[in-house]
Amino acid sequence: MSNAASGNNLNYSLAELCIAAAAEAFRHDGEVLATGIGVIPRLAASLAMKTFNPDLMMTDSEAWLLSEPNPLGARGGDFVQANETWMGFSRIFDNVWSGRRHAMLGPSQIDRFGQSNTSALGGSYRQPKVMMLGARGFPGNSISHPNSFFVPGHNRKVFVEGECDFVSSIGYNPARLPRGHALDDVDIRLVVTDLCVMDFGGADHRMRLLSLHPGITLQQVRDNTGFELEVPAQVPLTPAPTADQLAIIAALDPHNQRAQQIKDNPPGDRSGAGS
Amino acid sequence: MDKQMTAAQVVAQLQDGMTIGIGGWGPRRKPMALVREILRSDLKDLTLVSYGGADVGMLCAAGRVRKLVFAFVSLDFIPLEPYFRQARQAGAIEVMEIDEGMLLLGLRAAAWGVPFIPTQVGLGTDIIRQNPDIKLIDSPYDDKEWVAMPALKLDAALIHVDRADARGVCQIAGPDHYMDDWYARAASKTFVSCDELVDADFFRDPAQARLVFWERAATSGVVHIPGGAHPTSCSPLYGFDVAHFRAYTASAGEAGIAAYLDQYLGASEQDYQRNVGGLDAIRALALPTY
Repeated sequence: MSNAASGNNLNYSLAELCIAAAAEAFRHDGEVLATGIGVIPRLAASLAMKTFNPDLMMTDSEAWLLSEPNPLGARGGDFVQANETWMGFSRIFDNVWSGRRHAMLGPSQIDRFGQSNTSALGGSYRQPKVMMLGARGFPGNSISHPNSFFVPGHNRKVFVEGECDFVSSIGYNPARLPRGHALDDVDIRLVVTDLCVMDFGGADHRMRLLSLHPGITLQQVRDNTGFELEVPAQVPLTPAPTADQLAIIAALDPHNQRAQQIKDNPPGDRSGAGS
Repeated sequence: MDKQMTAAQVVAQLQDGMTIGIGGWGPRRKPMALVREILRSDLKDLTLVSYGGADVGMLCAAGRVRKLVFAFVSLDFIPLEPYFRQARQAGAIEVMEIDEGMLLLGLRAAAWGVPFIPTQVGLGTDIIRQNPDIKLIDSPYDDKEWVAMPALKLDAALIHVDRADARGVCQIAGPDHYMDDWYARAASKTFVSCDELVDADFFRDPAQARLVFWERAATSGVVHIPGGAHPTSCSPLYGFDVAHFRAYTASAGEAGIAAYLDQYLGASEQDYQRNVGGLDAIRALALPTY
């Protein structure tokens, strides 16, 4: 924080870089329910709501809709959260099916179509090798409203070569397109990982590289992605979080849960220049 | 009208092969004392419908489940339910895996007496491919295909609430009643355990009556079991038991469910509560912060 005035000399962690990058997913959303599942997506949605999109709506992850995002973790006895309406789980689905929501989630597999898997790995469906959560709300989310993904460990186990072992969410796969629907109806926004930022804005909804995190090479991303990416001629650097953003993130996460989210909590700039 | 009964009398009304819905959500407000009474019985071949947590894990591990209708099974702060995983990875149970919202629609269809509710949820995913019994239909009003989410009719629903009176007026005082009203309405018989038994007069206060989410006609039986949701939460009375869930999860990687049940289940709920430190300890469990 001592270098806050100079901006580009800030010390920031990779988690904080990812939070700022992921917040961009919600910038132009207007008045929708922003749901970030997990520490980094939740902080990203909260940062967006506290800065460039105050019209966002957010829950307390339990049963109330908030006018101000709650800080993460224990909040002290005198904390009063900014409720604006009841928002129990059954009512979440009324919102989901209206389309006025944008969720950011962390599935275990993502394929070249943007289909994702939260349910099972390997084996057969009757007897999977690894059982995970189940489909949860992914099927309904994916066909009802925009979704983004956060992946804390970008590798070929996540970005798989073939199709996901179980398809929890609809993607840009012509072979699975429901009758009467168009691929353009599917709306996958940002994919933020520990290496880069991507979207599905390539030709025919191919996954496309948008920016590389400082110190990460294009070859690293290719080596860790099981399918071909569309890569623009000039790949920009993911912007560093600003001093203001870092201060807001710190206030939203007073117990520093963000430091536990990416293996070894690396610095945001991994170019080896010493930061 | 007095619908009070014991947990054993509830289980005596259940039969092998029944479809049983279990209210609550993950580690939150599950009718665990009723689940434990099933574990003390011989009941088997059940089809469970649940936003699942340890209710599903325990019954799967004990070999009572033939089929599970689910969208997830999770302890939330421990994301993966250990015994559910084991059951799936052993191929021990049939499943109908659906979206969380589809489960709600299935309960609503059953409650409303319609065979299905159309939805776009599930289209383009393996929910449709892995559930050949869930049909795609044409709409009389447009040219799209739709998922016909079938009614999930329950032979019985098991629910835990904060308070109830002897007539079956049930109050959920925590911030969310989840889908429990739909479980109550989707079932032929609904059995409710309550932390506190109150007089009918309690509900004369509109602020108390406002927290009643289904009519007493949808309640078949009331069992007064203080602490009956343990180790799940019953907000605002008590939180979930983090240490107990950790021990439960650890048991799956060690001696297994038999050892867990040997240590805790006992011959009665009184035994169980003694084995987990007593009702005062349950009531002292802090509410979680999300």
